[in-house]
Amino acid sequence: MHYLVPMADLLSFTPNGIYCEIGDFYIDPWRPVPRALITHGHADHARPGHGHYLATQTAAPVMRHRLGDIALDTVSYGETLSRNGVSISFHPAGHVPGSAQIRLEHKGEIWVCSGDYKTVDDGLSEPFEPVKCHAFITESTFGLPVFKWTPQDTLAQQINDWWASNAANGTFSMLGCYALGKAQRLLRTVDPSIGPILTHGAIENTNQILRAQGIALPDTTLVTPELDVAAQKGALVLATPSALNSTWSRRFKPHSTAFASGWMALRGVRRRRAADRGFIVSDHADWTGLNAAIAQTSAERVFVTHGYTSVFSKWLAEQGYDAQVVQTEFDGETLETGEAE
Amino acid sequence: MKDFANLFTTLDQTTKTTAKVNAMAAYFRTATDADKLWCIALFSGRRPKRVITTTLLREWAAEQAGLPLWLFEESYPIVGDLAETISLFLPPAVGHVDRPLSGWIAELQRLSALDEAQRKAGILHAWSVLPQTERFLFTKLLTGGFRIGVSQKLMTRALARATDQDEAVLTHKLMGKWTPDTTTWNALIESNDPTADLSRPYPFYLAYGLEDLDKLGPVSDWFIDRKWDGIRGQLIIRDGQHHLWSRGEDLMTDRFPELAQLIDVLPNGTVIDGEILAFKNEKPMSFNALQKRIGRKTVPKSVLKDAPAILMAYDLLEYDGQDIRDKPLETRRSVLETLLNSTPKSAPLRLSAQVTGDTWDDIANIRATSRDHHAEGLMLKRRDSPYLSGRKKGDWWKWKIDPLTIDAVMIYAQAGSGRRANLFTDFTFAVKNGTDLVPFTKAYSGLTDAEFRQITAWVKKNTQQRFGPVRQVPAEHVFEIAFEGIQPSPRHKSGIALRFPRMLRWRHDKPVDDINTLDDLKQMLATYG
Repeated sequence: MHYLVPMADLLSFTPNGIYCEIGDFYIDPWRPVPRALITHGHADHARPGHGHYLATQTAAPVMRHRLGDIALDTVSYGETLSRNGVSISFHPAGHVPGSAQIRLEHKGEIWVCSGDYKTVDDGLSEPFEPVKCHAFITESTFGLPVFKWTPQDTLAQQINDWWASNAANGTFSMLGCYALGKAQRLLRTVDPSIGPILTHGAIENTNQILRAQGIALPDTTLVTPELDVAAQKGALVLATPSALNSTWSRRFKPHSTAFASGWMALRGVRRRRAADRGFIVSDHADWTGLNAAIAQTSAERVFVTHGYTSVFSKWLAEQGYDAQVVQTEFDGETLETGEAE
Repeated sequence: MKDFANLFTTLDQTTKTTAKVNAMAAYFRTATDADKLWCIALFSGRRPKRVITTTLLREWAAEQAGLPLWLFEESYPIVGDLAETISLFLPPAVGHVDRPLSGWIAELQRLSALDEAQRKAGILHAWSVLPQTERFLFTKLLTGGFRIGVSQKLMTRALARATDQDEAVLTHKLMGKWTPDTTTWNALIESNDPTADLSRPYPFYLAYGLEDLDKLGPVSDWFIDRKWDGIRGQLIIRDGQHHLWSRGEDLMTDRFPELAQLIDVLPNGTVIDGEILAFKNEKPMSFNALQKRIGRKTVPKSVLKDAPAILMAYDLLEYDGQDIRDKPLETRRSVLETLLNSTPKSAPLRLSAQVTGDTWDDIANIRATSRDHHAEGLMLKRRDSPYLSGRKKGDWWKWKIDPLTIDAVMIYAQAGSGRRANLFTDFTFAVKNGTDLVPFTKAYSGLTDAEFRQITAWVKKNTQQRFGPVRQVPAEHVFEIAFEGIQPSPRHKSGIALRFPRMLRWRHDKPVDDINTLDDLKQMLATYG
């Protein structure tokens, strides 16, 4: 009797995370494992406790800052490594500085695990590069047609107009955003000639790390108890979403509040956050971006991780892809107050 | 509609009252008369009728977007608003047609007279030329669901500022049954004869809940009567006609035909503020009896017999054609009493009797008997107070009895819509019956945003089963449910229905074993039903 043995998948989905059996390593695992390849430094992808880490050179400083003394090797984008016959390379994902899609190739079979990504050039992160593959692992944080992002130049104008009109009234502009990626993207988007820029500690820590590795950011002032806040009237204040709702924000009087998040596309969420403004800005791909990215891979198989997974994979299946949902512990951009990105 | 969309966005973006009033006042200073009139109409709940069913709108939106309908249906609960889902689901506008607000409403009215194919063509065209916010507003108007987070009070304040008129006078002018099709900006706002319309009611004076009994001063300063558990109503007798208005400015004249005979017993130029009650054998019936009449277009004889309605009068606003709202309550009451003394007992009209006591303790004892009289508590009104318009603090207080409460366990959860989209806010609760759990009510309100977020995270992690949008969860969380009344209901498994149920407290301290039972509910039904 003759059995046809199907070739094992290059990646499998295990309780510890996404696993490559042939190469014996994980990608962004959520339980401690001996060997982890990390797409980017956000907390739901780069977790503590692994034996050995591999990430891009740009992603490394933030990971070291957040995870402490870890065994970390770095690669450049496009550089190829090999492990048990699996060639491994990292390619820009456009999500945050240093973020990567991880490409694996074994005996002609190519898989790409994209982590988090966006296709729009945000002026800060290494722009997304499509990678041809047979199987593509995609997120779907904003995988519904109602999510279509504001173009970057319109966004810049909206934020600058808001800041400038507040500054003219001597009002602080308090903008809530994530500490890694979003904050620096906003710093590169705003017009620093409008006024001084103040930062919350969690954001300034990340700023300093990125500046030290050569990423240019406008001058910012850390808010300390000693800072003469009154002398900074009209400043833009960048804060984490949780700080924006805390007593920390009360020293800035008077102030106008805003959130920068993809969820601000929804009026219900905007009203619930009760901020004065909601800017639609996300480091994840919108509906158009997700569909374009997947088409450019030429992949036949698509695995949908976090987000609107069941809806998005059903849509992809209707478009002719062999699509399926994969359970992970990635959070994407959380809707409420979580700190994951 | 660009200016109106900008106004809408400004109002939507800010949580500050002054910013909202400034934005509206600016609009009222610059918009055309036709646009201003429609803006006032929309902001005071005078919405155009629905032009098309939402089923067709969904299909057309999917068709225009070139996407399957199921994808639309999946997106809708995430966005939480149909018009907004459509505005986001469609591809970006091509070109831009800038018609004024009144122009788009005229287009809406034109479309409603056409056949379905022509309506479709008109709507798809509008969608394709309107940017997202305007498209959202246009679709809101199409569905007849336009609402905005601005109170009529704030809108009137802005209007007062823009037109340099007194706020109370404007509030009065805006009352009644006008629509932009039956009046003009000039007739409604600029003209100085608010009684030109004989049916026009006075703005209701609304009381706040009592805050501090100790600050009221001597009990002798206060006129006190029962807070009747019916429907607040304003009866207008002018020129041989009568009109009955609800607090929500609904004309209820035809729903209570027995009140028509009051034309014969009250003089022209009389306006009475009071409570509509179902009333038999000189006693108010429970609110349940009246509720059966609410919402009915016609009132059959059997209902008139089983639940006859009266007006329980407590204040007099107009006498002999004169607006007497500025006179002290004591004066108004004495005229009201004289007026009612001369009416026959057979007329469906009673005077809300004064409740008296020497001390606040006496009054508190009377309050404690409220449920025996089917009353909700007491009304405290300063004897020298004028009849103000709207909700004002200081002169009038309602001193309600405590609600009935029951401890129950949550068994199902459903996400809310609008501002509560994506949050689990609508819960079903059960009481024990032996070893079973029997669902008996739903409740949506009473928790803080933080508590809703906390329970949402828990529901997401602990969903046992899904029935469409409803999620079954383990019976773990106990809540104290407060409600105002209880009545038998054959439609519910538990056999009872609650009035205004809400979550009073999340009882983290209470184990599920200690919740109330179906027998407890039945006992409450026997006592208070």
